[in-house]
Amino acid sequence: MRYSALAILRQVLNGHRGWGPAWRDPEPQSDYDFIVIGGGGHGLATAYYLAKEHNAARVAVLEKGWIGGGNVGRNTTIIRANYLLDGNQPFYELSLKLWENLEQDLNYNAMVSQRGILNLCHTDSQRDAYRRRGNAMMFTDSGAELLDTDGVRAMYPFLNFDDARFPILGGLLHRRGGTARHDGVAWGYARAADQRGVDIIQNCEVTGFRIENGKVLGVETTRGYIGAKKVGVAVAGSSGRVMAHAGLRLPIESHVLQAFVSEGLKPVLDGVITYGAGHFYISQSDKGGLVFGGDIDGYNTYAQRGNLPVVEDVVEGGMSLMPMIGRTRLLRMWGGVMDMSMDGSPFIDHTGVDGLYFNGGWCYGGFKATPASGFCFAHLMATDRPHEVATAYRLDRFRTGRMIDERGAGAQPNLH
Amino acid sequence: MIINHPLLGPRDASEFTYLGDAALIERPDWQSETAQDEFHDYVYLRDNPAGTHRELWFHEQGDRSWLVVTRNTMTHEILATELARDVARKMGRGK
Ligand SMILES: Cc1cc2nc3c(=O)[nH]c(=O)nc-3n(C[C@H](O)[C@H](O)[C@H](O)COP(=O)(O)OP(=O)(O)OC[C@H]3O[C@@H](n4cnc5c(N)ncnc54)[C@H](O)[C@@H]3O)c2cc1C
Repeated sequence: MRYSALAILRQVLNGHRGWGPAWRDPEPQSDYDFIVIGGGGHGLATAYYLAKEHNAARVAVLEKGWIGGGNVGRNTTIIRANYLLDGNQPFYELSLKLWENLEQDLNYNAMVSQRGILNLCHTDSQRDAYRRRGNAMMFTDSGAELLDTDGVRAMYPFLNFDDARFPILGGLLHRRGGTARHDGVAWGYARAADQRGVDIIQNCEVTGFRIENGKVLGVETTRGYIGAKKVGVAVAGSSGRVMAHAGLRLPIESHVLQAFVSEGLKPVLDGVITYGAGHFYISQSDKGGLVFGGDIDGYNTYAQRGNLPVVEDVVEGGMSLMPMIGRTRLLRMWGGVMDMSMDGSPFIDHTGVDGLYFNGGWCYGGFKATPASGFCFAHLMATDRPHEVATAYRLDRFRTGRMIDERGAGAQPNLH
Repeated sequence: MIINHPLLGPRDASEFTYLGDAALIERPDWQSETAQDEFHDYVYLRDNPAGTHRELWFHEQGDRSWLVVTRNTMTHEILATELARDVARKMGRGK
């Protein structure tokens, strides 16, 4: 069924009894042309673009739990294209363009909202760095404006401008950035992929690969063996565990990032603000909750929960930037396991095993990448060549010295 | 998380900074024929296990010693703590 105003009207008239499930619940077939492991945003988008852009007919997504139960349903929903380095910025600009047309393309309300992102600066050197970044963003027409203190004050008069340690000197404004409804994105891609014939198979954990003579033949799962000509892995925080089944060690550590939501408030914050100096960022959801977060906890973990010191740190950051949040109550908090890479940038690449492809290393920033990641991973799997905006995301880049270290922090995942 | 420091007793993990897998103690021999490959693997690749993990923590806000902490990455339970110095000595490294 196509969703439209007319469809809603029709359903109103018949008491909403005609809405069918948004996707089928098929049994796995014995084999497919393409298997995508992981029913997060990236896996579902990959399957969708395989079907749509490459006319792939026999595609399955295998998800160990339920789709949208991983990081795609746990993140703080910020989408943006405000990177500095060549290897990254054109990729994220493609992603932003896909976001801008996503809902029309998928016929699904993913609540994409380009409400603008403001990165605050507090020192002269930080302002210089943002000026440089803004210039890099303009190479790809992504849009960047440098604001001074008055410019920031006009937008958000309630911020703490005169903090002794981190006075607000201005900010880099990226108007095309914003937020989207996180699990809505998973559902939208799932429904659109399903309509193009993709089998979305939930409760199906991949437990191994069948590899012969350096070529992948299929995957072992909790629902039996499934053959495949090509297999793509997009399992985010589980990357190390899944790729170990194929004998690969990765330049990745799994870490937890926590997120926080306050009780619902009337509209107080219409954009996204990041406060890098205080390790804090915040936006307000359409339901009214303040959505915020900060640093990763900083140690290897697969537990989807963090510890209290980071909670304290994040809340302190919030209080120092936006003292009024001290009046609101915290409603929920949770953690998600992320695939932190050695340079803070992702991978979309071959693996050395014929027919086996890897997508991962998205760190705390893979939600915004969802459309382009799916688009480029589908391109790689279908054509065996990297998409032109994803050529830098190679697994061997540390060997060849071509790392993409936006932060300049080196091979220390908890610093990116 | 509470880390049971071998010299100072139980300390809050927030007093420590985290470096990563304790395999980093085993720095490869720079003179070996295959040093380039070994250093690539040493610096950039990780086992990243789900379960028991031996890892390096630095007691930055305390006595500034390095510890090897054995911890379960599924539950955050800490199973053992040793001075990294002792671990390195047992491996025949250091003085
Ligand atoms: C708290 C938090 C806040 C974040 N905020 C932002 C943000 O504001 N902006 C942004 O851009 N990014 C953000 N991120 C990062 C972003 O959420 C992730 O990078 C991105 O969602 C990862 O891709 P994914 O959606 O495919 O992952 P996931 O949704 O985690 O999908 C991976 C799927 O693989 C499945 N899987 C794992 N192992 C197997 C197996 N063996 N067999 C079958 N399936 C398997 C999992 O069950 C999971 O559903 C945040 C992350 C967290 C945790």
